[in-house]
Amino acid sequence: MDRTRVVILGAGIVGSACARELALAGCDVLVIDRGGPAAATTSHGEGNILLSDKGPGPELELAKLSRRLWPEVLTDLGGLAVQAEWQPKGGIVVATTRAGADGLRPFAASQRASGVVAEAMDADALRAAEPHVTREHTAAVHYPQDAQVQPAGAAAALLSGALAAGASLRSGREVLGGVVRGGRLTGVRTSHGTLEGDVFLNAAGPWSGELAARLGAPVDIRPRRGEVLVTTPLPPTVFHKVYDADYVGAVGSGAGDLQTSAVVEATLAGSVLLGSSRRRVGFDARTRPEVLSAIAAKALRLFPSLARVPVMRAYGGFRPYVPDHLPVIGPDPRLAGLWHASGHEGAGIGLSVGTARLVRALLDGREPEIDAGPFRVDRPAVLGEDVPAGSTAGEETT
Amino acid sequence: MSPRLVPHATDPVRRMETPVTVTVDGEPVRGIAGQTVAGLLLASGRTAWRATGSGAPRGVFCGIGVCFDCLVTVNGERDVRACRRRVHEGDAVSTQARDERGER
Amino acid sequence: MSAGTGGTGRHVVGRHVVVVGAGPAGLAAADAALAAGARVTLVDSAEQPGGQYHRMLPDAYEAANPDVLQHGYNAFEQRSMRVIGHRRSTWLADTSVWAIERDDPSRAPLVHVLTGGLPRERRTLRPDALVLAPGAHDRVLPFPGWELPGVFTAGAAQALAKGERVAVGDRVVVAGTGPFLLPVAVSLLEAGSRVVEVLEAARAASATRGWLRKPWELAAQAGKTGELASYTAALARERVPYLPGRAVIEARGDGRVEEVVSARVRGDWSVVPGTERVTAADAVCVGHGFTPRLELAVASGCELRGSAPAEVFVEVDGEQRTSAPGVYAAGEVTGIAGAPAARAEGAVAGWFAAGGDPSARTLAPLRRARDQGRAFAERLAHAHPVGREWPGWLRGDTIVCRCEETDYAAVCAAAGDPVSSEARVARLGTRAGLGPCQGRMCGVTVAELRARLGAPDPDPAAPHRRPVAEPIRLAELAAPPAEREG
Repeated sequence: MDRTRVVILGAGIVGSACARELALAGCDVLVIDRGGPAAATTSHGEGNILLSDKGPGPELELAKLSRRLWPEVLTDLGGLAVQAEWQPKGGIVVATTRAGADGLRPFAASQRASGVVAEAMDADALRAAEPHVTREHTAAVHYPQDAQVQPAGAAAALLSGALAAGASLRSGREVLGGVVRGGRLTGVRTSHGTLEGDVFLNAAGPWSGELAARLGAPVDIRPRRGEVLVTTPLPPTVFHKVYDADYVGAVGSGAGDLQTSAVVEATLAGSVLLGSSRRRVGFDARTRPEVLSAIAAKALRLFPSLARVPVMRAYGGFRPYVPDHLPVIGPDPRLAGLWHASGHEGAGIGLSVGTARLVRALLDGREPEIDAGPFRVDRPAVLGEDVPAGSTAGEETT
Repeated sequence: MSPRLVPHATDPVRRMETPVTVTVDGEPVRGIAGQTVAGLLLASGRTAWRATGSGAPRGVFCGIGVCFDCLVTVNGERDVRACRRRVHEGDAVSTQARDERGER
Repeated sequence: MSAGTGGTGRHVVGRHVVVVGAGPAGLAAADAALAAGARVTLVDSAEQPGGQYHRMLPDAYEAANPDVLQHGYNAFEQRSMRVIGHRRSTWLADTSVWAIERDDPSRAPLVHVLTGGLPRERRTLRPDALVLAPGAHDRVLPFPGWELPGVFTAGAAQALAKGERVAVGDRVVVAGTGPFLLPVAVSLLEAGSRVVEVLEAARAASATRGWLRKPWELAAQAGKTGELASYTAALARERVPYLPGRAVIEARGDGRVEEVVSARVRGDWSVVPGTERVTAADAVCVGHGFTPRLELAVASGCELRGSAPAEVFVEVDGEQRTSAPGVYAAGEVTGIAGAPAARAEGAVAGWFAAGGDPSARTLAPLRRARDQGRAFAERLAHAHPVGREWPGWLRGDTIVCRCEETDYAAVCAAAGDPVSSEARVARLGTRAGLGPCQGRMCGVTVAELRARLGAPDPDPAAPHRRPVAEPIRLAELAAPPAEREG
């Protein structure tokens, strides 16, 4: 009976990936969620697994680890992996202005120096790869390592893998508070009684801040709203994940007001997804037509030929945002027994499997494959201390 | 054994018929002014003009713009609800197929 | 609450009332709001007012006798002319609401519309009060082969016959449940189709009980019962068999309908084995009641009532006010009650939306008519309930979501797996409801099936949540609104 009892708070993709990794490591894993698995942030994103939007730094290292792990994890999952709709389609970043090109070229060079495959494309190569993209481009870079999944399916595959490895799942349980004994978190009180354990992993995405506060160890993780437009199914029109070079700037920004930049990609069903927006509006989910309009306008700058294509749906979700744009991964030094795996902003789908690997190594007391120090909990941005403007520690994804 | 227009001569509503000609996948088809694309296609004896992802044929189902089964391309604009779009002289109607998409 | 959410009367003259839907409810709302002194913008996606009930022939047909296809045509036409010709009214034909924006939660939301033919123009309306009267569309329960060309909704058959003079087939079976099957069959006869039979799934006993339970209510609905009697007479004249207790459980054919399989069903719509019968037909018109068009009410933040997925409607008070400030609802979105009740509800809604005098004498008969209409509707619901056991005629490979061709087995599998059982996750996994109709056809059915399978969605609004309420082309969306009212 010396198996570590791990209670994972949140059955999104990060919680699911951690559940699988820790169950495989021999832990006794229970996943709880106040709703159902993958129902919130996970199923409201595009399913990005990206290197292209990350500059050199710790997040890129986590992204590279995750990108290497994804095919291995999916292979391990066997038949369960089908629902993830893995598409290693590659990304293309297109600059449409002189300034955009001037920013993109050195950015790609720095990524190459960090081991990312980033191939400059000339106009002919771009047209061959994306026949419908704007001719009004100033630079383009191909990132063959970028991939896409159906995020809820990917999370379901990971969680099914966890259950197959012995983990258990309880939906519809909301954490109300913690039980602390001798300075250690030994239980959580939920809407359905108290759950005991050795390790409690906060994987509640944008609700992580509130959850941590309920457990008495607040972290500064807040929601950042994003919206996606979905077109009717089209004949093949967009072949890669294509986005505007100004996306990287928008992602890295911490501005609370509306930011949009074009991210265009097709799904297996034929619809084209058009992102993206970033707004800090708390958990306000009201539709704002001018936000949808701004997304459409930016997307048409990249793909003018989509002008007469109907948008049939829009959806939005909340990214878990940390002011310094780095995830929060590891034990909470303020409260023994509490761990965090959250704050991935828009990159949680891609980073989930690498995050899970880090958590497993840290829990085992082993040296992780990459330096987990930058993601530690006790850094100023996480503990709610002011971060001076412009000190973003890394670039960020959708 | 097919849908058809109520014969003009015997229709108790006593209506006019102003001929209209459109093309359907390049082939001229005659109808009357005021018809929807769906009405024209049905009256010309067609019951199906769209192929689903599995290749199954579809035509009109709800007739009031709700089900999106009857989608056609009109003058290059795709996903037009045939049951809601009135025909205009010279309209180029083309049928749509939602084929399985390959990756690239 | 702002001065205008009604009740305060007198000083609110000149309010801007936006009415969405120009069917019986919306037209009556516009009429009453104008009478109460408001400025009215009436919006409808069709070219002419009337909605599905008064489905009009196109102007280009120049019909000399349009009234032969319409019940109550003259009253409708008078009201229609009065509303559209009024100096304080703006009639926006060919106009669809694509989004509702709750910019200020204390007042009526902004109404974003697309108006005109090609190209459409984006406009934003700023109402003081909004009346939602978008109506309903046919509900059709899935059955094997319902996706075959030649299977139509009952409403489609009627719309094509009344609205375009197209008969959908030569040998037609009309099936489903509810009194609406009768006018559909009559429309088909008028258009020259042979109606082979009308199959009413409700058994005669259930229908009789429902209709005869409180005869005094019928008298109050004399208009409606008279209308129904005329349909029954027309069917009898043409010797069309009307068979209660029998349902279409399959359509078959090679690329289109060639025959249907019907069977006797019990009160719960379970199939009585051995009663299957094959009927040759080139068209089948099916309706199992109606689905209210709730997306605008949901987007407006209106509370809904009812928990069973097919019995969810907008909650309104005695003045047709919803829970959302400045938003009123009338007609089928508040309960399927037919045109007379819709007209009465519309008039009440329009009057109060305009800030009309709550003690006005005209209100009493309207409220009476509304309440009688609702009582009538309740009896209809009792007489023609959708039987619980209808999924018994589904097979694993029966298509449930027509757009994405999701079959029943996939819906069952998702609902049964705790990892993917949450509604949104199941939707992404099965794709049911993600196609071009956005779940308008299958949403309620999938919710009902999932509830049966032990995966109920706690949110009754979920099948109706469509923040983009009408497809909008990217160029239309990207362009700023052509006009925005203050």
